Amino acid sequence: MSLAETSVSTAPWRRRLKQTITPYLFLLPFLLGYVAFLIYPLIYSLNLSLYRKQLIGGVTFVGLANYVKVFSDSNFWEGIRNVLVFGAIQIPIMLGLALIFALLLDGAVTKGQTIFRLGFFLPFAVPSVVAALMWGYFYGQAFGPIAQIAEMLHLPPPMFLTAKTIIPSIANISTWQYTGYNMLIIFAALKAIPSELYEAARVDGANDWQIAWRIRIPLVWPAISLTIIFSVIGTLQLFNEPNVLTVVAPSVVNTHFTPNIYLYSIAFRNAQFEYSAAMAFALAIVTGILASLVLFVSSRIEEKQK
Amino acid sequence: MTTSRQTHRFSMPRLLRTISQIPTYVFMSVFLIYFLIPLFWLLISSTKTNAGLFSTFGLWFGKDFNFFQNLKDLFAYDNGHFALWMKNTAIYALIASLGSSFISAMAGYAFAQYRFAGRDLLFGIVLGSIFVPATVFAVPLFLLMSKSGLSNSLWAIILPSLVNPFGVYLMRIYAQQAVPQDLIDAARVDGAGEFRIFVTIVFRLIAPGYVTVLLFAFVGAWNNYFLPLLLLSKSDLYLLTVGLAYWNSLASQPGVAHVLYILVVTGSVVAIIPVMIVFLFLQRYWQGGLTLGSIKE
Repeated sequence: MSLAETSVSTAPWRRRLKQTITPYLFLLPFLLGYVAFLIYPLIYSLNLSLYRKQLIGGVTFVGLANYVKVFSDSNFWEGIRNVLVFGAIQIPIMLGLALIFALLLDGAVTKGQTIFRLGFFLPFAVPSVVAALMWGYFYGQAFGPIAQIAEMLHLPPPMFLTAKTIIPSIANISTWQYTGYNMLIIFAALKAIPSELYEAARVDGANDWQIAWRIRIPLVWPAISLTIIFSVIGTLQLFNEPNVLTVVAPSVVNTHFTPNIYLYSIAFRNAQFEYSAAMAFALAIVTGILASLVLFVSSRIEEKQK
Repeated sequence: MTTSRQTHRFSMPRLLRTISQIPTYVFMSVFLIYFLIPLFWLLISSTKTNAGLFSTFGLWFGKDFNFFQNLKDLFAYDNGHFALWMKNTAIYALIASLGSSFISAMAGYAFAQYRFAGRDLLFGIVLGSIFVPATVFAVPLFLLMSKSGLSNSLWAIILPSLVNPFGVYLMRIYAQQAVPQDLIDAARVDGAGEFRIFVTIVFRLIAPGYVTVLLFAFVGAWNNYFLPLLLLSKSDLYLLTVGLAYWNSLASQPGVAHVLYILVVTGSVVAIIPVMIVFLFLQRYWQGGLTLGSIKE
């Protein structure tokens, strides 16, 4: 078909081509960035993790040896253990509080709702570095108010930054920062429930507890499970708070206190980029396994509720 | 007469209800204090001298009001590094948030509006990457940025932040709800091009969602620490978070003058003020975004 044949038939043809291309054009900037800053680094890192730099012989291909090394590295597992202990304490407390606050704000609390909502959410606006600095001073003996109050009462100052207390102390910082955020996610989901549902249950003689337990929590379970998954992923990547606190408690927060801190010190202090690349993927694998476990349990709970 | 009887009849249950609410309010107020007291302490402390920090009770003002002197010292210290960090943070947070949310809006709209080959697969990949820990990208990004010479500029941290998969997800959901198909069809009949439809019609409709994604991105960038710590090696390029953590580590070293503590405290106050303002004035957008995030399909 020559171009000159008909000018009428080229118009729909061109329009169809345009229609096919348009969505890809809208996606183009995102996809370019996605490939350049997500996919490519991922592949680069995957390749890197299969090599090892040696003093003699330079960089050599070692296959999966780095992964074998990570999974048998006791420092790596100690970090994993620390973040798991942290998560086991912190996630239930934080999300339990977030759920209670959300339920109360969407019902029992009729006056001053905005003050509570904003006040609880405000710590989320604080950079986690500043939160950790601030709580580090707050906990500290030099000019921390808690130690000052203990001194006024002639009590021994509580030690927040010892080997035994450091994990609960960091858990408190994270709870302080993220409870309000999770509360608002659950609160938003609660707001979406039509109030006729409650009224019907109340007519049937259900009390507030029963309504919360049987209707409201099951209905917002998808939102709750979302907060659980994001909390689990965040927990395994714990870095900012312990990295700031290492300054005030260097002997407690060591260079393998969490997997990310270990990875950071291996990559940037020891320049073992190949090993740290493998460790990052190992951490992603552990994260993936835990996140799917949470998803599985959560969907089981959801089924039971139906 | 009737009114007084009515008030009498209605006030007893109301009184009872108020009394029964007291435990709830006590519970909520205790936690309100818990959430606000560290910030209160920080604000109070920033008005003290460095000596006053150590010698006066933390939860109340000292003898002198030294806040403005502290501010002056903060910006003068170390040849004005703090102002530089603030500028870096502002540039990074503004470009990253404006850019990433516009890119996300275009992509989200494409996913919402068009049917095209590979759409569901692509969207699945984008969603999946939300769950990949950022750590995985940290080391390769550092190496690639050093190789390309970008690690000596803010672009090292701006460019990766332009890719915001969660923003794409939110914008898709928002565009699905906010853009009526008839309106797009009508504009097409009128002969408007697809990109012009997006800029003139769609963008106005999805503006609230756009502002939400923008705010999340802005605060996320302003508060970012892990990637900037790795990717920006020169102290001239530090962001506020990295700089404050660095000063804090100097302040804690024995032998170095303790005068730095008050600077870290004052710097922390200055660093959180912009985000606090954004929060308080644009809170309805936060709510909107969180509602979107909790909607399932």
